[in-house]
Amino acid sequence: MPDRIAPLAVSAYTAASALGHGLTAHARALALGAGGLRPNDISSAPLPCWIGRVEGVEDMPLPAHLVGWECRNNRLAWLGLRQDDFVQRVGSACERYGAHRVALILGTSTSSIGATEEGYRRLDADGRLPADLRRPDIHAPHSLVAFVADALGLRGPCLTVSTACSSSAKVFASAERLIRLGLVDAAVVGGVDTLCDSVLFGFNALELVSPEPCRPFDAARRGISIGEAAGFALLERADAAPTAPRLLGYGEATDAHHMSTPHPEGLGAELALRDALARAGLAAGQVDYINLHGTASLKNDEVEAALVGRTFAPRTRASSTKGLTGHTLGAAGILEAVIALLALRDGVVPGNFGTRTPDPACGPSFAWLTEQRELRVVMSNSFGFGGNNACLVFARSEATA
Amino acid sequence: MSTLHVAIEGIGLWAPQATGLDDLRRWLAGSAAPSSGARPPAAVLPANERRRAPESVLLATEVAGQALAMSGRDAAELACVFTSSHGDQGITDYLCATLASTPAELSPTKFHNSVHNAPVGYWTIATGCHAASNAVCAHRQSFGAGLLEAASLVAAERRPVLLVCSDVASSGPLGEVTGYTLAFGAALVLAPPPGSQALATLGLTLTPDPSTPPLWPEPLPDWLAGNPAAEALRLLVPLVRREPVAMAAAAAELGLRMDLEYPA
Repeated sequence: MPDRIAPLAVSAYTAASALGHGLTAHARALALGAGGLRPNDISSAPLPCWIGRVEGVEDMPLPAHLVGWECRNNRLAWLGLRQDDFVQRVGSACERYGAHRVALILGTSTSSIGATEEGYRRLDADGRLPADLRRPDIHAPHSLVAFVADALGLRGPCLTVSTACSSSAKVFASAERLIRLGLVDAAVVGGVDTLCDSVLFGFNALELVSPEPCRPFDAARRGISIGEAAGFALLERADAAPTAPRLLGYGEATDAHHMSTPHPEGLGAELALRDALARAGLAAGQVDYINLHGTASLKNDEVEAALVGRTFAPRTRASSTKGLTGHTLGAAGILEAVIALLALRDGVVPGNFGTRTPDPACGPSFAWLTEQRELRVVMSNSFGFGGNNACLVFARSEATA
Repeated sequence: MSTLHVAIEGIGLWAPQATGLDDLRRWLAGSAAPSSGARPPAAVLPANERRRAPESVLLATEVAGQALAMSGRDAAELACVFTSSHGDQGITDYLCATLASTPAELSPTKFHNSVHNAPVGYWTIATGCHAASNAVCAHRQSFGAGLLEAASLVAAERRPVLLVCSDVASSGPLGEVTGYTLAFGAALVLAPPPGSQALATLGLTLTPDPSTPPLWPEPLPDWLAGNPAAEALRLLVPLVRREPVAMAAAAAELGLRMDLEYPA
């Protein structure tokens, strides 16, 4: 078991998703259960499914000084960064610590591959990418992070984590280690993934895409709805922001089972969960709410429901919010971390929207409808292809005093 | 300035003209090594997986297996950090070409092999490793950024870590903009010092100093020009020559100074 770690302050956070731009839009949508899924209108060829698309990305080009980074994913990143004064908060951190003492670690599964796809659809007569897309930096998995480093003027350690759907949860772990070891004083973490043909037709080829809006933990669930999102958080040592929510712990583990199906007993997920609790110095009974991975895929939900049932008492509440946002893949970790932080802030357990008939495998912890209650400790689960698992633990600042 | 200390317990290397660290030693000593011309053998993978695995997985698994064997460690105890600037460019080329013509015919296997963490996924499945595993990149700085990630894991958690840095050659229209002309892979088994089996001990410090162009014999400059994973040579060449200092880039404007100490 890992040692307990010193809590970090989450001194700023924000998100943009199908629920809207920024924290206020998210809090309102979560409280009302007002989802953002709609029929697929983005793939280059017809594909009957539902998606969680962010409004307005098409209308918000990058400013002139960043135009070399132009593509949908970097646009969404820029849209997300400009919510909730996040750019200004990062700027203040750079002034306090120096731009080389602030790390940037973001998760993404496909980064700007949508631009590469477009290039292949518009090859010129010689079979080359069209001139306007012959920009090497956007045809690379690191495109997002290099863009954000440029946009925010960050000069510290700079890393892309790409472990499929656990990507933007694992960034918290990498950042905590750099801060704990004194290599940096703060870290911008988060992630961005955008809708593109690769993910829509890829998950469709795996027969994991639902023809209807996804229904996590429903007895008759039919697969996932894919969404897009951007989310960011600023991590600093606890004394830098005495009243900010805390990152208490994280766990990372691997299934060692299969590339695209979870371990049947949820072994890697359970190891990640236990490590997260150990680093936080908590017992499972002290967790008030868990935002589940809950994709609405047949196998994932079954394994996760069993894990919740054997680990937590009924007082621990649990739900998936993917029925509202869709599965935002590499951005799911940060989007759901932000949702967990909003739950903590507002005392709201989001309901498990989209479900009509709960799977009998789901125990009494499941919050099918939105609940109001005092929350002190919350978790978020993220599980990805390749059997890559991550769990995060957050708490109110006074819960760690 | 904080310095991270890690022991190097194992090294793996594979390039078209070098099938292991001994070949690199021979190139540096001026005695040319024979060209291998073959695919990476990746003996750690079960035979049926080896047949189906994409080139990126074979390359990463081959160098990881070499480093593991040299370290004498049990793979199941090693946390993993796999870096690749581009993932499998052959698969990316296939995906984009298929999506542009017949998207509904996309191969599900190619899709699940396209995730950036496919090599570390295959590695952990083959070795039964349940430890934390990561897949990262940072453009041309993927080696330095990955080494920093791996070393911080060693130092913060006091546990051994496998670092793999590999990229396959470019293909298709994507190849013109990325321009990787050859495959290259390197791997290190890192552990908290003191390591009784350590080949060397590394002290890592972040610095604004840029790294200087290396003075290496042929064909090493070609490897560096032809593949970003060959940035790993900025550590491996000084290590083979038993030099005291190496430099790499950890980010676009951030250097990584590596102070090397060797056992007597």
